[in-house]
Amino acid sequence: MMTLLLLFFPLVAALLVLLGGQKIAAKLALGLAVVELAITGYAVSVFGNSGESAFHVFSTWIENPLISFHLGLDGLSLAMVALTNLMTPLIILSAFNRNIRHASGYFSLILAMQFALIGVFMALDGLLYYIFWELALLPIYFIALRWGGPGRVPVTLKFFIYTLAGSLLMLFGLISLYWFNPNNSFDIRHLYDLALTSKQQGWLFWMFFLAFAVKIPIVPFHTWQADTYREAPTQGTMLLSGLMLKMGTYSLIRWLIPVLPLGVAKWGPLAITLCVIGIVYASVIALKQRNLKNLFAYSSLAHAGLISAGIFALNIQGLQGSVVQMFAHGVYMIGLFYCADIILYRTATIHTDHLGGIRAIAPQFATLFMIILLATIGLPLTNGFIGEFLLLYSVYEYNTWLAVFATTTVILSAAYMFRMYKKVMLGETGVRVTAFPDLFWNEKLVLGIIAVVIILMGIYPKPLIEMTEPVLQAILNIVKN
Amino acid sequence: MYTLIATCCLGLLCLVVEIFNLRKALVPVVLTGLAAIFLLNAQDWSAAGPVAIGGMDMSHMMQIDHYAVAFNGLLIFLSAMIFVMSASFYKQEEHHLSDYLTILLFILAGGMVLTSFSNLVMLFLGIEIVSISLYIMAGSRKFDVRSNEAGFKYFLMGAFASAILVFGIALLYGAAGSFELAKVASYASSTGMESPMFLTGTLLVLVALLFKVAAVPFHFWSPDVYEGSPTLVTALMATVVKIAVFAGFYRLVSVGFIAVDGYTSDIIVIVAAATMIFAALVGLSQQNFKRLLAFSGISNAGYMLLAILSAKSGAASALFYYGAAYGLATMGAFAIAIPVFASTGKETIDAFDGLGKKKPLHAALLTLSMLSIAGIPPMAGFLGKYYLFSEAIRNGYPILTIVAVLTSIIAVYYYFKVILAMYTKQADEREVRTVMSYSIVMIICVGLGLLLGVLPGLLLSLNL
Repeated sequence: MMTLLLLFFPLVAALLVLLGGQKIAAKLALGLAVVELAITGYAVSVFGNSGESAFHVFSTWIENPLISFHLGLDGLSLAMVALTNLMTPLIILSAFNRNIRHASGYFSLILAMQFALIGVFMALDGLLYYIFWELALLPIYFIALRWGGPGRVPVTLKFFIYTLAGSLLMLFGLISLYWFNPNNSFDIRHLYDLALTSKQQGWLFWMFFLAFAVKIPIVPFHTWQADTYREAPTQGTMLLSGLMLKMGTYSLIRWLIPVLPLGVAKWGPLAITLCVIGIVYASVIALKQRNLKNLFAYSSLAHAGLISAGIFALNIQGLQGSVVQMFAHGVYMIGLFYCADIILYRTATIHTDHLGGIRAIAPQFATLFMIILLATIGLPLTNGFIGEFLLLYSVYEYNTWLAVFATTTVILSAAYMFRMYKKVMLGETGVRVTAFPDLFWNEKLVLGIIAVVIILMGIYPKPLIEMTEPVLQAILNIVKN
Repeated sequence: MYTLIATCCLGLLCLVVEIFNLRKALVPVVLTGLAAIFLLNAQDWSAAGPVAIGGMDMSHMMQIDHYAVAFNGLLIFLSAMIFVMSASFYKQEEHHLSDYLTILLFILAGGMVLTSFSNLVMLFLGIEIVSISLYIMAGSRKFDVRSNEAGFKYFLMGAFASAILVFGIALLYGAAGSFELAKVASYASSTGMESPMFLTGTLLVLVALLFKVAAVPFHFWSPDVYEGSPTLVTALMATVVKIAVFAGFYRLVSVGFIAVDGYTSDIIVIVAAATMIFAALVGLSQQNFKRLLAFSGISNAGYMLLAILSAKSGAASALFYYGAAYGLATMGAFAIAIPVFASTGKETIDAFDGLGKKKPLHAALLTLSMLSIAGIPPMAGFLGKYYLFSEAIRNGYPILTIVAVLTSIIAVYYYFKVILAMYTKQADEREVRTVMSYSIVMIICVGLGLLLGVLPGLLLSLNL
């Protein structure tokens, strides 16, 4: 029951906001998102008491072919749903004071996106999962199309078609799994039990991997990413980088490695190499970026590469690290892009050459920005550290040289982040920066909450790790056998 | 059987109404008649026993099984949508309204013959009734040169195809010794593959039907005819006629030609692949909206051919669902296109510029229609494509399915051109006047498309 409520409440909220009119759209959306967060909090406590069995929903949706409406929340899904439901109110709150035109449409689309994301994380039937996966594409496309920057039209179309291409390959893979399955179903339990040959799993691996590789993205399927992050409106970029990216990495854990273990055994080394190449590549390119949003986009790419590498390392530290880092990455990436938006709103530029000396005028902003930045580079006591440490350790267990290259991300991210901070916040006050009011109430609230989460998670990550441990161990056992 | 008779009678009644100068009552009478025919048809679902007229057994001519009843229901519904729109479309038409409506009803009757035939002669009759009526309707705008061109082109090529069809049927008769589909099927399973006459007949019939559904390389008439015809007729061609001909095609292959599947499937595989690839690539450069939908229709014909290939494992449900999804989406798209064309005076994609601001509801509904044809959840078009792909993979055509998947991706681009025009291009000041009847059709079609996408069991449980 609670599962259904968690899933469908955002959809109902989206419709209410759409019909509610422009004036109250923002407040209504925020209120409803906070209600969803409260429900999530309750769900977490129920999970703590009774485990995942409390959340199973199963009913047959379509008879032939057999597609069931199968939802469930185990530790992994709950972590992702919690991230989504925690960040969505913050994303909505960040859009206050920004004079969004057609606000009801905007917030309605954000809530619709939340609905699709929760569906992806909760679905335990292959085709149901696929439908939510595709569904998530529509709200973000329209958010970027209607409220995005000047170059958005070709960029968003490229994003849409590229992602759709990957998704359709996954559909082909899912249909093939259906017919290989003697039970003839998409249910995840049956998919886990399939005994396919190594050859079959080989090409099926690529069908799924390509879909996820485009979504995360993993180099060389990343060309849509930087442009789309830059052209999308801030809330769109937050959704893309903070939440939608997690769809891809979550799917690697849930749908790729346990379903196709032989395929992963065969192609995993290539995959992990691509991830590590991506880390280095993205970090190096980030060094050269002068546009804040581009810089953060490449930083996001680098960290996503590390998360994916840890998953393919196929050990418990890798999986644990990836989940922790997924949560952390969502939190601090949203914070980072919000900082860029704050600067953009006040100075009409996010080019580092034109900025400078903001710290002197807006010390609160500078402090919160610094905390988020330290999380990005993975300083101990911030939430970025645990995940990064576990991931690097797991890659080291897999292969020493890959770990050496992956660790360069730590150094390079420190380099480009601190250099950016120096240019933007410190030094001489830039020409455009003269009138820079310090944070408004909603900006303070959002960045403040993010900073608190960063530090709290950094000091006490244990609940998250404990919650996800059983699931990840179970998945790892399936893979090893 | 009585649905067919009733439809023909309704058509004749239509002509008579004009004589008595009851023009205003025409469309309401037709719609009421169609509602009654729909109920008659639904009643046939549970009616057992072979078709009989006055005690004379007609089952060697027609068979009203669940397949026929389901497709008839779909055709009647889509025709009703067309008739709702015809009230406004033909508002200026003074003299010939009843003629047009009668011919449209006869097209529906021809479609009903196509869904329920069990005799090759009936197949030919059905194709001819539909085709000849369409030649007239395509050229019905006498003072528009493009309409004349469309009618003439369609007539010439269509007559050719009909001749090929008759030739093929004659050869099949020569080989099998009877026109009855059951006897043809039994001949096919006994000596079909060895008989050159039978195989040639099969080939010719196949070619003629592929022409009628506008598959590559028999598609050349389609873009010009779609573009030149009056838009309402284009809507009819894209929805009712295409679904009816495919229903007939599937019936023919699944009952009559199953045994020679080894021969026909090679041909259909190549045609399907060529159709999908060609339509996706050429559609990219289209500027005229009606031509764009013509190419969309061609590529959808390619996908529906996947169902024909899967006939041996029973893909009728998939074909029916896809036909419904595609028909509803296309009908919805045309329901918005007609008033937009009337207001802006042009039929290109830039007629839709700025529609997102001028008429947000209509723009949103057109977006949903385009997404449905493109095959994106949660619209019905996605599940329709999914079922077709699923059947094709199950019957051992994985490469063809990959081609279908890749061409779907390419096709997304030109559906999005329309969406982008609506939301990103600047509008000119001309107001877009929408009439109630078009809006009703649009809302019904898109609403049903969404409903079928979420609850496909409504149609799939029919178990064709």
